[in-house]
Amino acid sequence: MQLTLWTYEGPPHIGAMRIATAMKGLHYVLHAPQGDTYADLLFTMIERRDARPPVTYTTFQARDLGADTAAIFQDAVAQAYERFRPEAMIVGASCTAELIQDDPGGLARALELPIPVIPLELPAYQKKENWGASETFYRLVRALAGGTLTPRDGRRPLCNVLGPTALGFRHRDDLVEITKILGALGIDVNVIAPLGATPADLGRLGVADFNVILYPEIARAAGLHLQKTFGQAMVETVPIGVQATIRFVEEVAAVAGVDPAPVLAGAPSRLPWYSRSVDSTYLTDKRVFIFGDATHALAAARVAATELGFKVVGLGTYTREFAREVRAEAALHGIEATITDDYLDVEAAIQAAQPELVLGTQMERHIAKRLGLPCAVISAPIHVQDFPARHSPQMGFEGANVLFDTWVHPLMMGLEEHLLGMFREDSEFHGAAAPSHLPRHGVEAPVAVEAAPAPASVDPILVTWATDAEKELKKIPFFVRGKARANTERFARERALPLITVETLYDAKAHFGR
Amino acid sequence: MNAHAPIPTLDAGCDIRHERGQRAVFCGLTGIVWLHRKIQDAFFLVVGSRTCAHLIQSAAGVMIFAEPRFATAILDERDLAGLVDANEELDRVVRRLIERRPDIRLLFLVGSCPSEVIKLDLSRAAQRLSRSFHPDVRVLSYSGSGIETTFTQGEDACLAALVPEMPRAPEIGAPALLVVGALADVVEDQFARLFADLGIAEVAFLPARRAGALPAVGPDTRILLAQPFLTDTARALEARGAERIAAPFPLGSEGTTGWLRAAAEAFGVPAERFERVTAPGRARAAVALDLYRDRLANRRVFFFPDSQLELPLARFLSREMGAELIEVGTPYLHRQHLAPELALLPAGTRVVEGQNLDAQMDRCRAAKPDLTVCGLGLANPLEAEGLATKWSIELLFTPIQGYDQAGDLAELFARPLKRRARLEV
Repeated sequence: MQLTLWTYEGPPHIGAMRIATAMKGLHYVLHAPQGDTYADLLFTMIERRDARPPVTYTTFQARDLGADTAAIFQDAVAQAYERFRPEAMIVGASCTAELIQDDPGGLARALELPIPVIPLELPAYQKKENWGASETFYRLVRALAGGTLTPRDGRRPLCNVLGPTALGFRHRDDLVEITKILGALGIDVNVIAPLGATPADLGRLGVADFNVILYPEIARAAGLHLQKTFGQAMVETVPIGVQATIRFVEEVAAVAGVDPAPVLAGAPSRLPWYSRSVDSTYLTDKRVFIFGDATHALAAARVAATELGFKVVGLGTYTREFAREVRAEAALHGIEATITDDYLDVEAAIQAAQPELVLGTQMERHIAKRLGLPCAVISAPIHVQDFPARHSPQMGFEGANVLFDTWVHPLMMGLEEHLLGMFREDSEFHGAAAPSHLPRHGVEAPVAVEAAPAPASVDPILVTWATDAEKELKKIPFFVRGKARANTERFARERALPLITVETLYDAKAHFGR
Repeated sequence: MNAHAPIPTLDAGCDIRHERGQRAVFCGLTGIVWLHRKIQDAFFLVVGSRTCAHLIQSAAGVMIFAEPRFATAILDERDLAGLVDANEELDRVVRRLIERRPDIRLLFLVGSCPSEVIKLDLSRAAQRLSRSFHPDVRVLSYSGSGIETTFTQGEDACLAALVPEMPRAPEIGAPALLVVGALADVVEDQFARLFADLGIAEVAFLPARRAGALPAVGPDTRILLAQPFLTDTARALEARGAERIAAPFPLGSEGTTGWLRAAAEAFGVPAERFERVTAPGRARAAVALDLYRDRLANRRVFFFPDSQLELPLARFLSREMGAELIEVGTPYLHRQHLAPELALLPAGTRVVEGQNLDAQMDRCRAAKPDLTVCGLGLANPLEAEGLATKWSIELLFTPIQGYDQAGDLAELFARPLKRRARLEV
């Protein structure tokens, strides 16, 4: 039993949902109790999807347990097939259904549907979300991948791009960048999967010359299977950062037998010049703490150290599957890696490392806020603001530009820092003044709103607040309190009421509405 | 429109149907998210799986970092191997938790689907732990599992677990009022003032803001439910001698008046005094509601089941705002507690208890409502299909009860319609 306040990853069936939701023409029937549908809103709210995930839940209840939950499951599969007519289905159990031991695979097979039905074994009490995504994608590829390699005969090289899912951190935009690079190299893309792929598309995976694995946590297992089955080579370099992108381009070009030079010519990224420009000098040896999934943490450590000139004082991941790689990278920086899925451990490590910048997930953002440290988000789990409307990849040359801006903005710009040093004793710049993007230390925003003086000089009628009305006002949430105060005083002045009572407060609220 | 109808006891005229199938609802664990804000020295420890922890953090959003008073003890393989081991593990986790948070006075062990299915006896664990932490920490248990509870029923289970802990009220022959159901503090204070003005002196609220301040209960207690989802809590209170006052729920001006009037009548408050005390509130609510009536009148509304608040909300929208009801879904319908509400709904209103999600979505699409009240899993997909939606969870987190929140309540429904009209893109 593990005491948990926050978890970096969901259970493995969430990973399966990420694959199902990424794809088209695939339906997932999940044997799960009432309530597990909460997972839908990760996709509809955080990723702002405009359709329900293609998941049917059995949502059994206690009264069903005595009866036949297996029959409920079979009905759900049959009805989902009738309604959605998918090309293929995946079936499995969530943590509770795993305990009641119905056999989703066998039950679904007994229905003899005219489509492939792929059973998933996702051990909910051992494994987690990323593993679930990887396993699901692997099972799908194993069951469906087909096609045969055709001889080159002068045709352009052909590759698959594997890894992007639903609810992936910047997967949408990374894919744009990678596709652009492949296009510029003269390489055609056969299948992108799972994002946007159909089961039929998976059936054509074998046609391609090689595979590009964008997110090893998710697509490595599938890539290895394809390598074994179809003899497809696999490019595993994660193109995050300028050097990694260059390496990626060179590797892809070598595998495809094309010339990388045109893609690498000129200055494809602005990061190198921005990083060399004198304003960036102050970035030298800025202490940075990095935590996230293994792919993004490893990439961030390399970019931070060699492309921005930071000093990496902490590095860690919650992805135990890649702990070895992260430990090795940490050793290069002379530190010990933090491998944990307990955010309290991460918090302790951050405090001990005393960084000046934290690069992490949504949780590290909150930890940094609490500690008053600048922070940027580099990895899932993430909240809604990290599924931005604008194009913001992490990969490729444009991704490197995004990284530079995102990581540097929370820090003070060089000139600003210089001015702070010069005018240290001035009231605007004294030692206790925090960077402008951080909340003022010791002065909470609500108090500041409260302290805003009423424009008494504008109106000669003086209104005063009765003690109980003042107390009632404090019960109004701080972010609307200022407006409520102003509205009430205006209401009182307009009616020449000298004393604001609780009644006046609510009369004004009724009058103005929200 | 605002005439006060008498409160009959029959649900005459509503077309009540039952439906079974896939349900898109929260489980009772979600109740923790608002309950822990209300009972300030209580801690909620879910005994469940990673899914449970994931659900709570998804529902709690950013709140999880403001020193939350809830957590999950995640079961792993070793716990599933044998029950004795699981009990020892639970004791270890609780000890660690209480060492970390010595300010906790009341600890709830909250059952989940996995803990219920493996039949981990949390009530015995609670007794055992209560003994070992006596007198500093009281440990209680209830189930918030999805197999047993839907969303707000988690609050019902929690409050019902508190009832045996309430001290026995001395029998003095004079009634005392107990208002049941978690309300926002500001709303609770407003109601306390109104009851005082009505001359009802003995008023207590369940849950209390602090675990040590539980109100007393006994044969003199009259309970007034502030929320429609308190089936088990009411039953437990009645088993301790309390009598329930039948009333509509305090949503909107009419509901608030009906709710207060039921209490006033039970406590023999003269009609003249009732009119005088409630008049300012009713007048203010009338002003506030006028601001939104144009936006909501004659709008056709469809409710998906979520919290059991649907019936009172539908009654408010139809009677006070002039909306038209297409279908009112509710996860569970307590006929007796909801009788005053059913009686106030327009004749023929289609009330659906339970859910078959795909069929209900088909009905919703076919009806093309002007406003659909539904959960966050459905809201964006329905918006994308061209339907205006109001996400229902907000109705649990926003103060909506009482006269002075009536306008806010109407505004919650009017805003999505206003927004749709406003946007030109």
